[in-house]
Amino acid sequence: MKKLSLLILVFFVMSIVQGQEYFPKNDGVKENNTNYTAFTNATLYITPTQVVKNGTLLIRNGKVVASGKSVTIPKNSVIHDLEGKHIYPSFIDPYTGFGVEKPKRKPGQGRSPQYDASRKGFYWNDHIMPENKAISKFKYDEKKASEFRKAGFGVLNTHIMDGIARGTGVLVALNDEDDAATRILDNASAQFFSFDKSVTSRQSYPSSLMGSLALLRQLHWDLDWYANGNTETRDRSLDALITNKSLPSIIEAGDKTNNLRADKISDQFNLNYIIVGGGDEYELIDEIKATNARYIIPVNFPDAYDVSDPYATKYISLEDMRNWNQAPGNPKALIDNGISFALTTFDLKSPSAFKGKLIKALNYGFDSTRALEALTTIPAQYLGKSNEIGSLQTGRYANFLITSGDVFNKETTLYENWVQGRKHVINDMSQKDIRGKYTLNAGGKTYDLAISGEMSKPKAEVKIGETEFPAKLEYKDNWVMLSFTNKDKTESYRSTAIVPSDGKNFSGKFVLPTGVETSFTAVHTGDTEVSENKGKKDKDTKPEVVPVTFPNVGYGSLNKPQSQNTLFRNATVWTGESTGVLSNTDVLVRNGKISKIGKNLSASGATVVDATGKHLTAGVIDEHSHIAALSINESGHNSSAEVKIEDVVDPEDVSIYRNLAGGVTSIQILHGSANPIGGRSAILKLKWGENAENLIYDNSPKFIKFALGENVKQSNWQSFSRFPQTRMGVEQLYVNYFNRAKEYEAKKKSGQPYRYDEEMEVLVEILNGERFISCHSYVQSEINMLMKVAEKFGFRVNTFTHILEGYKVADKMAAHGVGGSTFSDWWAYKFEVNDAIPYNAAIMASQGVTVAINSDDSEMSRRLNQEAAKGVKYGGMTEEEAWKMVTINPAKLLHIDDRTGSIKEGKDADLVLWSDHPLSVYAKAEKTMIDGAVYFDLEQDKAKRQAIKAERSKLINMMISEKNGGGKTRPPAGKDKIRFECETIN
Amino acid sequence: MKAIKQILIAIITCVGLQSFAQQMPAPAQSAAITITGATAHIGNGSVIENSIIVFENGVITAVGNSGTPTKGRIIDASGKHVYPGFIAPAKSLGLVEVNAVRASNDQDEIGDFIPNIRSLIAYNAESKVVESMRPNGILVGQVTPQGGRISGTSSIVQFDAWNWEDAAVKVDDGIHMNWPNSFSRGRWWLGEPRGWKPNKDYSKRLDEIKNYMANSRAYGMSEDQPMNEGFAAMQGLYDGSKKLYIYVQGEKEIIDAVTLCKDSGIKDPVIVGGNEAHKIIPFLKQHNIPVLVRQTHSRPSRDDDDYDLPYRLPKLLVDGGLLVGLQNANMSNFQTRNLPFYAGQLVGQGMDKETALQLITGNTAKILGIDGTHGTLETGKSATLFISEGDALDMRTNLLTNAFIDGREISLETHQTELWKRYMEKYSRE
Repeated sequence: MKKLSLLILVFFVMSIVQGQEYFPKNDGVKENNTNYTAFTNATLYITPTQVVKNGTLLIRNGKVVASGKSVTIPKNSVIHDLEGKHIYPSFIDPYTGFGVEKPKRKPGQGRSPQYDASRKGFYWNDHIMPENKAISKFKYDEKKASEFRKAGFGVLNTHIMDGIARGTGVLVALNDEDDAATRILDNASAQFFSFDKSVTSRQSYPSSLMGSLALLRQLHWDLDWYANGNTETRDRSLDALITNKSLPSIIEAGDKTNNLRADKISDQFNLNYIIVGGGDEYELIDEIKATNARYIIPVNFPDAYDVSDPYATKYISLEDMRNWNQAPGNPKALIDNGISFALTTFDLKSPSAFKGKLIKALNYGFDSTRALEALTTIPAQYLGKSNEIGSLQTGRYANFLITSGDVFNKETTLYENWVQGRKHVINDMSQKDIRGKYTLNAGGKTYDLAISGEMSKPKAEVKIGETEFPAKLEYKDNWVMLSFTNKDKTESYRSTAIVPSDGKNFSGKFVLPTGVETSFTAVHTGDTEVSENKGKKDKDTKPEVVPVTFPNVGYGSLNKPQSQNTLFRNATVWTGESTGVLSNTDVLVRNGKISKIGKNLSASGATVVDATGKHLTAGVIDEHSHIAALSINESGHNSSAEVKIEDVVDPEDVSIYRNLAGGVTSIQILHGSANPIGGRSAILKLKWGENAENLIYDNSPKFIKFALGENVKQSNWQSFSRFPQTRMGVEQLYVNYFNRAKEYEAKKKSGQPYRYDEEMEVLVEILNGERFISCHSYVQSEINMLMKVAEKFGFRVNTFTHILEGYKVADKMAAHGVGGSTFSDWWAYKFEVNDAIPYNAAIMASQGVTVAINSDDSEMSRRLNQEAAKGVKYGGMTEEEAWKMVTINPAKLLHIDDRTGSIKEGKDADLVLWSDHPLSVYAKAEKTMIDGAVYFDLEQDKAKRQAIKAERSKLINMMISEKNGGGKTRPPAGKDKIRFECETIN
Repeated sequence: MKAIKQILIAIITCVGLQSFAQQMPAPAQSAAITITGATAHIGNGSVIENSIIVFENGVITAVGNSGTPTKGRIIDASGKHVYPGFIAPAKSLGLVEVNAVRASNDQDEIGDFIPNIRSLIAYNAESKVVESMRPNGILVGQVTPQGGRISGTSSIVQFDAWNWEDAAVKVDDGIHMNWPNSFSRGRWWLGEPRGWKPNKDYSKRLDEIKNYMANSRAYGMSEDQPMNEGFAAMQGLYDGSKKLYIYVQGEKEIIDAVTLCKDSGIKDPVIVGGNEAHKIIPFLKQHNIPVLVRQTHSRPSRDDDDYDLPYRLPKLLVDGGLLVGLQNANMSNFQTRNLPFYAGQLVGQGMDKETALQLITGNTAKILGIDGTHGTLETGKSATLFISEGDALDMRTNLLTNAFIDGREISLETHQTELWKRYMEKYSRE
């Protein structure tokens, strides 16, 4: 009986940590150690903010029993006196792939892309794998664990880093001594997501960032539909999402704008995502703050570029140079803005780089208490594990660090990293600090010996007078082994000695080059100088940080341009209205609008611009642009109506600025032409410096890209498996989709439960005339076909873009009421443009079609005024008519002509001041204004060029001194931005 | 009146129906022609207002002011402008018809060093793309093979011919070489990060070029060797009968290319592209290297570049005292009809109009080595010229009324003008 109760007691105590008591034991007798371990006299960080001097930490069975100033130490305690040392809770990394092998890329097979999913019984897309469990692939990696422990980590959250929905992760303590039963803290700790496809499947969809976003949205619509029992099919992916609903959700966004994208989805579906950022949040800090989300932030601050080759530096953009200079300030910027975040080693080459990066951030003003929180209490809280990890309060796992001092100080030594009460020695605590200067008497000679460097790995320097003896020092288990040679390395001397526990001198055996053994003594004479080399000192102080601009790239501004009241005095004004071209006319801009047009207007406080001899026009509008976007084609399906270019607007594309320099103020970013039904457009005002959301028109008219011909048939590349492969198929695809959309709408209206389908929702908008089609088109047959399909379904095609054979069916187009947005003179690049002629615009216009000239090209868009002028050359349009093709006509086609496109009182002040006749090849845009704010100005541009030069050279000098000071560098590298056209598939 | 209109329509319709080949080449000049009253843009920087230009048997016999004696047929071009035919260098015009249709593409032979590949024999004198050059004033071109390290040998042709033989202006005028880049792009399709990084193979590529040069030169030093067509084709580079066109952009690469040419005994290297030539003008000047610079209608290469750097680049080189022409080698062939507007862009950058014109006429002829016969309106040169309603460098006013190649008055109709007329006719019937 007694025996039994003891057993029960033991069972009770042990079960906290171990579960194996009921396991049989055959290799010995069962023994239990129920002693306590006490760590006394330490500076004890119970939490980052609760710090006790001369504190005691009492642990037993892998957990904290007590911690604080006055802890009663039981008699059965092993006591470690940690006088002068610090104890910290060890760090937690919430985002790693520890112990989970990264899946291998599936080799390509066949000559055509794979469009369908390869699995059955799962979600319809292979990249959605919420049913994956990291625990089933997890293999504890002792080597990696040791690296993490050296960097101060005690617990890692890990998962399968692959796919858009990645399944559940594992929370594991880095405890080498015990097995999985102990160290796995949670085998379904969180669920993971990203925007990146799985490497394990070749399924094409999604082929773009906007496709990933649409897929994640549809996944949650489908989940609702499924969870409500609306389908009889079993879907193990959706089942898993339902099961894991209560787990923390972590999404890898990876950069500042993706953070915002992730947050948008999180808000829409109430997912409460924890977002893994990119370290560049400081560039968009107001927007990041506004997300109110929780973040996991990497410290992968870039190394300086090696700029010693002046020919190579041209490849490095100011943006990238700045990133090196500014990025270490990211954690501070997040703190200053009250944004909650944990830190991660994610994206570092090795955990060993972590401390150096963190110190860099601290030098940039990141507060060390907040740093400690971001490594302990905050990740614990994110993972819902505050009662187990992240602090040294009673009941938590005994996961802690013993250090020689402030854990974030460069000079501090990490002695021990205890995990679940198991000691892991990093640096021997008993080892003495032997750094200093000595007089070495050996072999009848007197040498000067200096020992410096890290305490645990010191270096030696041996000299007589000025003569150096190349030396090597090893120091381990309190044994010193010093060897050195003469300069020519012809004679070598070896010595070895044990360092006594008291006193600073040591002596031992000395072996001469002849092999004769004698003895030596090293007498301590003083401390070595602290400065180890001058470069390191530079590295540790906060360098000058260049200011962030809007956007944070070359040609950005310190302050976003503001609307200002302006009077253009005495210009030749191209109104684009029935008033035509007015000479010697004034235009007054007030509050961002065109307020008055007339002669001798009163400035009434407005800034006066003398426009004598100059031409003032409405801003140029490009109906077909692919600048300022991160992706253009979602080519994974033959319809991608669910994707939105608005999701992937890139406000940092320098093409925006360059288009402004060509007088462009508004653009439509169209989806590409990879599929018959493309994605939804974004219509922008090119307000360089504003964020993506502010670039997009308020109350933007809704548009979608359709495409016909060779691209959607995939005629010009190797792909033979996707419908349609002929123009005949293209028609049937439309008919089928619109029929389905009608049925969808009917079901929706009937009040029956229906599966919300973003793609169908968009098609219904088209059927109802709420969304307009801009259709990529070349030959007359297909143009005619789409008009007939539209007529059959009772809507109107809004615009044919490219429309190179529009001239052959201009009468039919006029009758249908569709506009044409064409190239001025492109042809001969593929078979379907054989009959493209530069007279196209003039012919269509002559038959009453509203005609615009577009670019589809970031070079041509910079001089659309010249392209319009070709209408005069080819087909004899009047100059005013030609000019309208790049202003009011595209405005009409985009349904923004009530706001912009001409100079009319009450319209937005989107204006361009030209040095010359705006249709002339000799004309330059001198000022480009949007909503009354000047976004391009020839004079300001000159100043910006100078500023870029100066800043580049400043940063280059800083990088050179970083390199010369021993800092790490990387080879020069340059961005290779994708310049999108219709056909670009990325 | 109505009858006349109907006859006109009938004629237009007939022309429209036979739109399957190029316009009929014009017959040889049979009588003297004089153009009077025009502003003559000579192509060497000078201009003659109210000019007289006389040409006979395909050759200009007089160019002068209004006092110059006239002869033969008089074309009154008062208020109009006369220009020498524009010259398009470094294009594969006539070697490819539709870029995406492989069967129509003869511009790029396989092989890295193939100087013996000759463009002339593949030149399609009836190309519709070539035909479309003429209404914009481009009357002569250098037909150039593409691709590889040494792409092959070009020839210079005029754009109104029955076949490649009567098209030829200068046969096998030069060899074209693509210089390697000291930086390379990440092969993102193989999973490498996108972006530029130092090219580890740059010196290896250079060595291959050096080696080919050295061997071809050694080959030329001795007779009695088995034939090596490639080495044989290279000999013109050493005796000055062929030019070497090097497609090279970067500062360092240009220096490497010029240095290598000097060391290898190549007489007449020409830089094609030269995006960074403005950074080493004194070096180029010292070595007397002409530059066929990239078309002004280009994007700046780097994000931090001035937005108008490509617009200004030729001006920087001209201001620096180099011999400069314009090319658009990296554009589709059909774009070559915009050559005059590339020059026009320079005027907006502050270049004098006549200087800008030189970059597509007199200078280009000099660089290509055809300045004895082409490029300017000067006595003794080929009567390859045109009349425009207005300033031919500006889109609005580049409107040709007459064009002549070797004195033959060529058609300004094209496949495209025919389609224009065909459909305007269709709509006029409705």
